[in-house]
Formats: sequence, C-alpha cells, structure tokens
Amino acid sequence: MPAMSVFRPAVTACPDPTPPLSASTFRIDIWRSLGNRRIACRVDAGPGVTALSGPSGVGKTTILNMVAGLLRPDGGQIYVRDVPLFDGTLGINVAPEHRRLGYIFQDARLFPHLRVRGNLLYGVRHLPDAADALEEMARFLGIAFLLDRWPSTLSMGEAQRVAIGRALLTHPSCLLMDEPLASIDRARRADILQLVERMRDEVGVPILYVTHDLSEAERLSAHIVQMDYE
Amino acid sequence: MMLDLPPDYWPIIALSIKVSAVAVGAMLPIAFALAWILARWQFPGRMLLDALVYLPLVVPPVVTGWLLLLLFGANGPVGRWLSDWFGITLLFRWTGAALAAGIMAMPLMVRAIRLSIESVDRRLEGAARTLGAGPLRVFLTISLPLSLPGVLAGVILGFARSIGEFGATITFVSDIPGETRTLPIAIYAALQAPGAEAVVTRLAIASILLSLTALLLSELLARRMGAGVRSYRV
Repeated sequence: MPAMSVFRPAVTACPDPTPPLSASTFRIDIWRSLGNRRIACRVDAGPGVTALSGPSGVGKTTILNMVAGLLRPDGGQIYVRDVPLFDGTLGINVAPEHRRLGYIFQDARLFPHLRVRGNLLYGVRHLPDAADALEEMARFLGIAFLLDRWPSTLSMGEAQRVAIGRALLTHPSCLLMDEPLASIDRARRADILQLVERMRDEVGVPILYVTHDLSEAERLSAHIVQMDYE
Repeated sequence: MMLDLPPDYWPIIALSIKVSAVAVGAMLPIAFALAWILARWQFPGRMLLDALVYLPLVVPPVVTGWLLLLLFGANGPVGRWLSDWFGITLLFRWTGAALAAGIMAMPLMVRAIRLSIESVDRRLEGAARTLGAGPLRVFLTISLPLSLPGVLAGVILGFARSIGEFGATITFVSDIPGETRTLPIAIYAALQAPGAEAVVTRLAIASILLSLTALLLSELLARRMGAGVRSYRV
C-alpha cells in the first residue's frame, strides 16, 4: 500500500549503516525497585508485535514507562533497533523526547486544550508536509471527521485512534502500547485490534504491546513475554 | 449614569487603575515562578518559602508597609541601592504604591496560580515528552496553557486586592494627592473632612463598580478560554 509511505517509520531513526548487532528489535533487560517490590523484565524479541503479558500489578506499565524514558531504571539495558536508549553500565540514558518511540497510553492522554488536529500535529517536526501526512493519517485511522473536535467530545475509541495517529505522525522507530483496549467498550475493541494488525502489516512498525489478556496477544500472533511477581 | 462624578474624581480612579495594573503586571511573573516552585520543587526550606509568600496575607498591612519603609526607604538597603545605581525612588511615589499593592496581592496570586499548576495532569507532560517535545516546549505548550485559568483568577484577585489596598500603602507612601491618593486613601481622606459624605458615597460607588467590572471581565474571559479546557475525560 504505497499511500502509507508518508508515515512509514523512518529508517533514519537508526541511521547507523553498520549491520544490526542482533535480529531483535527490542533487547531489554531492566529492573527497578518500587517500594519494597522489585520489577524486572527481560525481552529479546521483535520485529512484529511483542506482547508483554502478566497479571495486573506486576509492573507492565512501569516497564513501558522505563522503555519510553519517563521512569529511570535502577539498572540494566534498553536497546531498540540496536540504538542504546538506556545502559546502566555505560551511563547512557536518552531523554524521552529523543527516543523516537510512539507511546499509546491506556487512557489516550490527549491534550485537552488542543483540538484533534492540534493533538495530531503536536509531534510533527517538518510542517511543510504536515498537511498531507495529517490527511493521510486521518484517512488511515478513519478520524477525518473528528479533526476540528475537542478531545472532551470524543468517545474512548475515537480518542484512542487519535492517540495512535498522534504517535505515528512522529515517525517513531517503534510503538509502545499500554493495554489500548482496556478502556474501550467491547463492541469497538475489534476495530482497534484490527488497526494494530494493519500497523504491523501495512506500516511495518514494531510494537511492544502490554496486555493482561493472552488471547489478545495470540490474535496479534505476538511473541509473548510473560512477566511474573519476583 | 447614576454616578455623575465631577471631573476631579477621574484622576483618582485612573491612578487606582494604573497603580493596580502595574502592581499585578510586575508581580505576575514573580508570582508564577513562586507558584511553580512551591507546586513542583522539593527542597529543604520549602515550608519557609511557603510561609514567607503568605506572610502579607496574615501580617497587619501596616506592618508590611513599615517593613517596606525599612527596606525601600531613603536609608533602607534596597532603597539606597536603587537610588544610588538607578536614581529610582519609590518612597512617596505612585510606583511605591504599586510596590505595596503588588506585595499585598502576591499571596492571593500565588495561591490561585499554584492550585492551577497542581491540577495540571503531569502525565500529559510525559506524553508530550514522548512526542519529541523538550522540557521548555512542554512547559510552553502544555503546562502553561493548562494553568491559564489559575493565572487569570490570580490576576483578577490580585487586581481587586490592589484596588482595595490601603494599610501598607498609606504607611509606605503616605497620602499625596495626585501621586499616591488612590481610591481607598481618597475615601479615608474624605471621611476626615467634615461634610464630605457625598464625596465618600461617590468614591465608594466608584470602587464597587471598578471591582465588579474586573470580576465580570474575568468571568467573560474564563468562558472564552474554557471551551476545551474546562472539562475533559481523556
């Protein structure tokens, strides 16, 4: 589908021409103590969809926040497409705004003071092509009719689509999705799941997908990483 | 208009507006910075700063005026420095009245702005970071616009407080017609003179109208701004 080219994840996200060190998109081995608990996770997987699964409260979101750079791990390493984002021993800790990951939060987290259009364009750097990219993205997500609405008037499913578009328009090297179906009513879940599949197949963006529902992970034919209490 | 003011009343009202506008305008960046620090930073001495900021609210205004006199008077450390280096004197000037009004308005402004900053969903700031915005851009495009309702409330409260400011002002800059005689001071002066009830009434009505106008303006502005911000679920 050639029309997808505008927001195909830019290869420039890892401009290093040397051959990849490993075949995996996500090489993650991090830990952090939270109160008197220890949250740890090891992932060596991707491309495609990698599902991070486990009972609620096990720290899946915490792991995602650490990958995104919103939370600092106590130690370990995070490599995405062979780009070091965090390395405790080397003292690498890339700021979240430089990680180029698209993070889809469970609650969409749209900016309430910007219309849908403003939300979608928030992370777009090269404004000359923005109008085309925006239009194409809106068509891809089926949200063209929402562009002038305020986030407070959207349903959760619509908001989640806008959040996905907002992340994709930044040309992320991969997507982090935190239970994107959790706050969406049952009837609309299939739509979002289908959207995730299309992002996997048509956009070709690797996805780290947090869910507590294994059937979701299987439906996405994901590589499953099981997290458990330590 | 019911209130028909003789022409010599207008300078008093104009002076009151000027003093209050300058007081609030100059205090706003300081109040915002203080509110931000108190809302977001954790450091030893935070409680002390908190108490210092609210001091003008709880100390008798006359005492605040006296402290200003000590600091900014001709022999005060700040006053002397200002006049030696910049040739600026605040004592007995309308600028001094603005300083007194600004200090008295500060606690109310800091409080309103701080509440607003504290109510900004910090997860939105995190989301903006993941979209490629550095800390400064996050501040300018997310934190600041989302705390604007509080800033507006702070400005209106501060302005109303400044219009009403009396104790610290008369202690610091005294009552000089045309220079520091703002509405409350003019009312007080009129009360001292025999047979000036009509003057007092007119001035009192003028100050009530002024405060009401400020309040209505703020309500209008808040409605304009509120379209997207007021309520949000996602």
